[in-house]
Amino acid sequence: MDLQQNNKILEVKNLKTYFFTDGGVVKAVDGVSFDLNVMETLGIVGETGSGKSVTALSILRLIKQPPGKIVEGEILFKGRNILDMNIKELQDFRGNRISMIFQDPMTSLNPVFTIGNQIMEAIIAHRNVDKKTAKQESLKLLEMVGIPDLKRRFNSYPHEFSGGMRQRAMIAMAIANSPNILIADEPTTALDVTIQAQILELMHELKEKTKSSIIIITHDLGVVAKYADRVMVMYAGKTVEFSDVDTIFYKPCHPYTLGLMKSITRLDEAKREHLKPIEGNPPSLIDLPRGCIFRVRCKYAIDKCKNILPPLLEIEKGHFTSCIRAEEFLSGSLKRKK
Amino acid sequence: MKDNNNRILEVKNLKKYFNLRSGFLSHRSAGSIKAVDDISFYIKKGETFGLVGESGCGKSTTSRVILRLTNPTSGQALYNGNDIFKMNNRQMFNTRRDIQIIFQDPYASLSPRMTVGDIIGEPLEIHRIGDKKIRRKKVKELLKTVGLNPEHINRYPHEFSGGQRQRIGIARALALTPKLILCDEPVSALDVSVQVQILNLMNSLQKEFDLTYLFIAHDLSVVKHVSNRVAVMYLGKIVEVAESKDLYEKPLHPYTMGLLSAVPIPDPEVERKRKRIILQGDVPSPISPPNGCRFNPRCPNAQEICSREEPELKKHAISSAEGHLAACFFAGKPI
Repeated sequence: MDLQQNNKILEVKNLKTYFFTDGGVVKAVDGVSFDLNVMETLGIVGETGSGKSVTALSILRLIKQPPGKIVEGEILFKGRNILDMNIKELQDFRGNRISMIFQDPMTSLNPVFTIGNQIMEAIIAHRNVDKKTAKQESLKLLEMVGIPDLKRRFNSYPHEFSGGMRQRAMIAMAIANSPNILIADEPTTALDVTIQAQILELMHELKEKTKSSIIIITHDLGVVAKYADRVMVMYAGKTVEFSDVDTIFYKPCHPYTLGLMKSITRLDEAKREHLKPIEGNPPSLIDLPRGCIFRVRCKYAIDKCKNILPPLLEIEKGHFTSCIRAEEFLSGSLKRKK
Repeated sequence: MKDNNNRILEVKNLKKYFNLRSGFLSHRSAGSIKAVDDISFYIKKGETFGLVGESGCGKSTTSRVILRLTNPTSGQALYNGNDIFKMNNRQMFNTRRDIQIIFQDPYASLSPRMTVGDIIGEPLEIHRIGDKKIRRKKVKELLKTVGLNPEHINRYPHEFSGGQRQRIGIARALALTPKLILCDEPVSALDVSVQVQILNLMNSLQKEFDLTYLFIAHDLSVVKHVSNRVAVMYLGKIVEVAESKDLYEKPLHPYTMGLLSAVPIPDPEVERKRKRIILQGDVPSPISPPNGCRFNPRCPNAQEICSREEPELKKHAISSAEGHLAACFFAGKPI
């Protein structure tokens, strides 16, 4: 299908980003593959240290080198490998075609410049416009993201903004050059519940309006269920499952995804006496176990899992998973434990 | 008279204001932050009482005041009928054996220079329980109780993961066999799969040791799964309190409704059908809270009276549920 092919705006193939530290090589990202379609929202979920953020930073080549290094893989933006770009090309590209918003809006804004100043900077960096036009553009952007009392707020400093407003300003900056892809790394984790909902709704509206794509990194499966079209689940630096949101929630074929779904508390459910956790802890990324990385915590592990590191395979159309027993889950011959 | 004997803790008209100074060297007062502003609630023996609200609503301050880690501005906190705020040092020392606290951040709340054995053993040492050998044995038992390896008694906190550190914090809180444990966001710093491990542990400990919990959190779904009764706080006030089931199924206060609606449910099909109400605006500053009902500037149901008068926390005819109180003039009206 040609049309499907053209629809892909970003393709990440077998990405590996390692950090070379005194204590050993930390394999933060160790085999991540996914793709992103135009106007799609992709959710990346996983626990702390599973490599979600490093994946995002790798896409923008923001990995500090040394100690970090992208050692393998391809990141294709509209067919062009980002890893082959030179510095000049990269600077044109970042914040222009792909931009990013971070978890903590206070540390990602510069405290000594006004909000307006920082948004104007983003515009002037990428477009050949004078200050006056940039200012008008910035005001328009601030209005778009719902900042009240524009004229005054334009000249405010970040510390004068509340957490929610700061994140709105960050979004204004990120969309200043109407990028094709917006990467949001835990954009609402630092915010209160009611403000969270406001920000996520804003991002969703802007995506529809500008026909762009979003990669949202989160540990909140509620957010994923609400906004994501497709989901990638990561564990210990690897893609363990990747599919559309319904498959991930209702027919997961990797035991880790399965465990994750079982362990979440739901607001619309009666109180449960005993929740089902995934026992144990994630492995150290310096010293990964042999065979399948999830094996030691897996309820479905068999002898074969000790020796084989299962590759990420497409077990049905558009559904990728890296478990040697995935076919059994799919066919129903292996029952998912209650 | 209702029987109040089974109330382990009763908080009455508690206020905690933090004074603001107008400058770094100035002693002139520049108003105050009303962190907790006249709240009352009680906790029954053996239950888990949830306290939810957004950051800055005063939920953590409440727990700190109860333990007198900071002194209240006014009000009472009755522990088994005795006012904690009137106790002398001796009495307070004894009461602290019964009331323990678990903190949010398992990285900040454990001293990095002490071994796990010293951390858990310190409360025993302070209260002069047993000799060194007995204490060490007790610490090993505690480690086992919370699901850690007793062999690790000589390790330091940095050798443990976040979830394991929280287990150490729990073991420390359990050391003096307390009756009441104040849990201040005990799982919010942890990963989802680890959160559940800790919640299950707390649940089984509650049964085993007959504990009462005050469970403070901002995550409504977590609170729902652990609490028997829940109070919702907004800007230093309790706006609604009820049995957990009643609060989640039939919320009366528009803030509770908005809060519940804001939480996305991890189920794509449910989310597609669900209509969400998103509260607009930010939480106002507790230095100059709005007049009348504190929620009125953000409330979709607000009328003229709401900015003029402050609604009292009381029972409403619309809910027949026992002990379901809300502070709203239009309680139960959908938003």
